[in-house]
Amino acid sequence: MAEQDWKQNKRVFAAVSLPTLFWVTIFFVIPMLIVWQYSFGEKVGETGFEFSGTLDNYKRATEWLYLTIFGKSFAVAALVTLICLIIGFPVAMAITFASEKWRPWLLLGIMLPFWTNLLIRTYALMMLLGTQGYANKGLGALWEGTSWIKTLAGLQPLPTWEPVQLLFNNFAVVFGLVYVHLPFMVLPLYAALDRLDRSLIEASLDLGAGHFRTIMRIVVPLAAPGIVAGVMITLIPALGAYLTPDLMGGTDSQMIANVIERQFKKANDWPFGAALSFLLIYAMFALIAIQSMRKKVPEAP
Amino acid sequence: MDLNELLAQGRGRRSLLQAMGVAAIGISFGGLAACSKGEGKKLANGEEAQLNFYNWDTYIGETTLDDFKETTGVDVKMDLFDSNDVLFAKFKAGNPGYDVIVPSNDFVERMARAGMLLPIDQKQIPNMKNIDPAFIDVDYDKGRKFSMPYTWLTLGIGYRKSKVKAKPDSWKLLFDSPEYAGRISWLSEAGDMFRLYGKYLGKSVNALTPADIATIEAMMIKQKPNVKNFHSDDGQDLLMKGDVDLVLEYNGDIAQVMAEDDDIDFVVPKEGSQLNSDNLCIPKGAPHPKNAHAFINYLLDAEVDKKITETILFPTPNAAAKALMPASYKNNPVIFPPADVLAKCEYAAYNAELQPLYEEAFTRVRAA
Repeated sequence: MAEQDWKQNKRVFAAVSLPTLFWVTIFFVIPMLIVWQYSFGEKVGETGFEFSGTLDNYKRATEWLYLTIFGKSFAVAALVTLICLIIGFPVAMAITFASEKWRPWLLLGIMLPFWTNLLIRTYALMMLLGTQGYANKGLGALWEGTSWIKTLAGLQPLPTWEPVQLLFNNFAVVFGLVYVHLPFMVLPLYAALDRLDRSLIEASLDLGAGHFRTIMRIVVPLAAPGIVAGVMITLIPALGAYLTPDLMGGTDSQMIANVIERQFKKANDWPFGAALSFLLIYAMFALIAIQSMRKKVPEAP
Repeated sequence: MDLNELLAQGRGRRSLLQAMGVAAIGISFGGLAACSKGEGKKLANGEEAQLNFYNWDTYIGETTLDDFKETTGVDVKMDLFDSNDVLFAKFKAGNPGYDVIVPSNDFVERMARAGMLLPIDQKQIPNMKNIDPAFIDVDYDKGRKFSMPYTWLTLGIGYRKSKVKAKPDSWKLLFDSPEYAGRISWLSEAGDMFRLYGKYLGKSVNALTPADIATIEAMMIKQKPNVKNFHSDDGQDLLMKGDVDLVLEYNGDIAQVMAEDDDIDFVVPKEGSQLNSDNLCIPKGAPHPKNAHAFINYLLDAEVDKKITETILFPTPNAAAKALMPASYKNNPVIFPPADVLAKCEYAAYNAELQPLYEEAFTRVRAA
């Protein structure tokens, strides 16, 4: 039988797409519409809500206070994405060029953390980074050791060890977010690098380009779709990060998701929380739109 | 074989799949119906032998629920919440099926005002006589129309004795001093923080004005670099782990960890503090209101509350139960702060106008 275009067979097309459409409508579009409607209303009394078409929530959400929090969240997410890219790219390269025997194990190693709940991983990280945590204990032992060697050599011992503050600051938030999001970066990079035609790399090396030059001029441009996908898939969840800044952050580590959470719970101001959420969603839509526009540009050979 | 052939072959199966889908929906609905009907076993009061209890963590005796089942045959299913805001947000859209809940004093007021609570029929709660009369006619629920007191508690400073120079008996050390920089943890509740700052400034927790909030906000921003983090009512763990040495917490939470670590102590600052009280309430739409009354009455029984108090170590408003407790509890200055300090402590009333101002000011403090 001759090959047929999927779209010609409308019934098959409908059969395949209907469940997905149904799912997206019931569990995404409708709930989102409800929240969207909230963002144009005001609360009445303790529990009531009235849709009034007001733009006050958005006006308040775009006040300088909230814009700086948006800006800060974006800066943190961008930094996290950049660090993930710098760490993730060599990791993805290593997996791509590992032997057939090792590759599934290395991929498993990347995916293994997903088998554990995010909350448990975060608490484990907090145990590691705390003032009396393992990282500080290890550093403390090194410090004592150095001090002891110095006294052996007849020098002044080092001053007493003061634990390093690794938890409850912005460093901890970035560290935690990188830890959580690294697999999101490595997997699309691996997918892109795996498809790469290796003869191009060989050709580049044969024609006299160095290793670094080959990576920058051949591998990176060819892996660009993977890089863009990895950046998107890391940046967007990092922008909406809630748990990590809440648990590992210090007094100035709040991100926009924490502010949104407080509107729904403590402040009991759902309309304002909805407006903040939608500003965040619009920002994410903008990012995705930029990415898809980039795809439409014909790629240079 | 191509896809069309596969589909043609599969036509019979698809109808089977559809049938299975319908069956699955039927089963799940049937299951729900079965759930809500329970085992069909009716009690003398005409209700099924079930009760859904929504409580705080570590807030019930070890065998209380089993004992209740043995006495009355009613099966208690307990779920846990960790803040009044979660409780309120959950009930905002309607009762998800709970019979007894445990909101704090300001939320009793708030939920009663929003019409979210059922009035309590005091005829069904004879054990109300066990309650200390001071806890009956309270401002947040005059004459106990909607609530029965379960515990009371006070905020103060939990600290590690070996890491402080002197007993930290003033809010100044937490709110207005670099002495313990980087070793302090604040509570992340905006309202509580602003009200306690008010106490430090010598004002009543219920007399703050927007101008006070602005003053306090500036003080908080100044003190913030000395504070390590804001905890969500798990300050006792931070203190235990040695992450901080001074923490703003509730007395009972610190009393629980003092049993494990004798380097920890608790003090209510001399400026006074904020009192809270957790209360047993029946939310509107409760499926088993009669069981709920029976359960509340059971919890107020002297022997039963004694067992609960032995586990949770919070101050009890139940005079009859307190009389049964050993001196190590009754005379514990952490659980029952000295009378002169207690005299300066107040309950916070719910204030619908100020709450959003507290929240926004606290967001500014965090962003500064």
